[in-house]
Amino acid sequence: MYAFNYKKAQSVDEATKALAADGEAKLLAGGQSLIASMKLRLAQPSQLVDLGKVEALRYIKVAGSTVEIGAMTNHATVAASAEVKKAIPALAALAGDIGDRQVRNMGTIGGSVALNDPAADYPAACLGLGATIITTKRKIAADDFFLGMYETALEVGEIITGFSFPVPKRAAYMKFKNPASRFALVGVFVAETAQGPRVAVTGAGPGVFRVKDMEAALAKSFTPEAVAGIKVPADNLNSDLHAQADYRAHLITVMARRAVEKALQ
Amino acid sequence: MAVKVSMTVNGKAVSHEVEERTLLVNYIRETLGLTGTHVGCDTAQCGACTVHMDGKAIKSCNIVAMQAEGTKITTIEGVASADGTLHPMQQAFKEHHGLQCGFCTPGMIMSAIDLVKNFPNPTDTQIREQLEGNLCRCTGYHNIVKAIKAASADPKSAVIGG
Repeated sequence: MYAFNYKKAQSVDEATKALAADGEAKLLAGGQSLIASMKLRLAQPSQLVDLGKVEALRYIKVAGSTVEIGAMTNHATVAASAEVKKAIPALAALAGDIGDRQVRNMGTIGGSVALNDPAADYPAACLGLGATIITTKRKIAADDFFLGMYETALEVGEIITGFSFPVPKRAAYMKFKNPASRFALVGVFVAETAQGPRVAVTGAGPGVFRVKDMEAALAKSFTPEAVAGIKVPADNLNSDLHAQADYRAHLITVMARRAVEKALQ
Repeated sequence: MAVKVSMTVNGKAVSHEVEERTLLVNYIRETLGLTGTHVGCDTAQCGACTVHMDGKAIKSCNIVAMQAEGTKITTIEGVASADGTLHPMQQAFKEHHGLQCGFCTPGMIMSAIDLVKNFPNPTDTQIREQLEGNLCRCTGYHNIVKAIKAASADPKSAVIGG
């Protein structure tokens, strides 16, 4: 790891100022991806601005038809939350299956979504549920937030403070794990929301995306059979030593069907 | 550059000047000399570096020491009683031969204590699922699962210093 300066922020304001003063600084949330990528020298920030002590960013509130989660809430907390389990069980289950237990005790929802790793789980939940991402500057709809591989709508110096998830009628997430890394080879989040069904796919392409054909089919009939025959073109999907694009395309259909089955249970 | 880091390790307050990029595991092993915490993969996969931070299992190779500032850290050296009596989880690993070469064992034990705390009467499947973050390259998983299962019958196996 290259040398860097370290700043422990006591508040979001302090973190914003530290980022403004140093263009090469990076925010440190749980660090479960960032520290690893710095060790590999894939990231070389001049400074880490640690949000670990900003308690205001750790909260879970269920108010009416939304679940509000603070950016620094770790995966284990979301997975164990009785409130989240009751309101959106699919979200708690997704959080409880990220990485491993040790990683879930450190990794945060804000860190995961800000990084937008193409195989991360939380972006699928945000897009699948039609969440709103709340930052220091504005509120961004998930549909406008995820722009591509590791790319988001976040501007320089803009910090995610929390998330607002509308409670769906039903939802489920199914992931086919890479047998070694346990990352999502393909993960599909299916939700029946007030605005209609949503299907979000992670792991398969350069970033999380929706499958409109499946959503239209589910709007007519929210059944596993409705999506079982819908193929996603393999053209823009990832091919690597773990899986070819056509295999990933096949898995999207299988995982979508299983997710609908699970959502209906 | 250097920063001052302070924390409590196995009940003892410690404080040192470290480089910002010092990983928690290196601080524990090299500065504090507590070499029971192992570095296996150094990529947050194998879990040999597992310690408890404020009572929760984490991988100490995947955070910098400064992230542990002000926290309570427990390493494998801190789980047995002061008189040398093994922790129930250590005892169970001994009785069920839950180790072969022993390299992964400190991380396995730290992870297992946290596992039993969160899953008080775990099934074999739960144990295997929840041990996902710990690798044993001797592949001695059967006896590790047996040891954790046996230890879980004793509520003290989920507590350190209890």
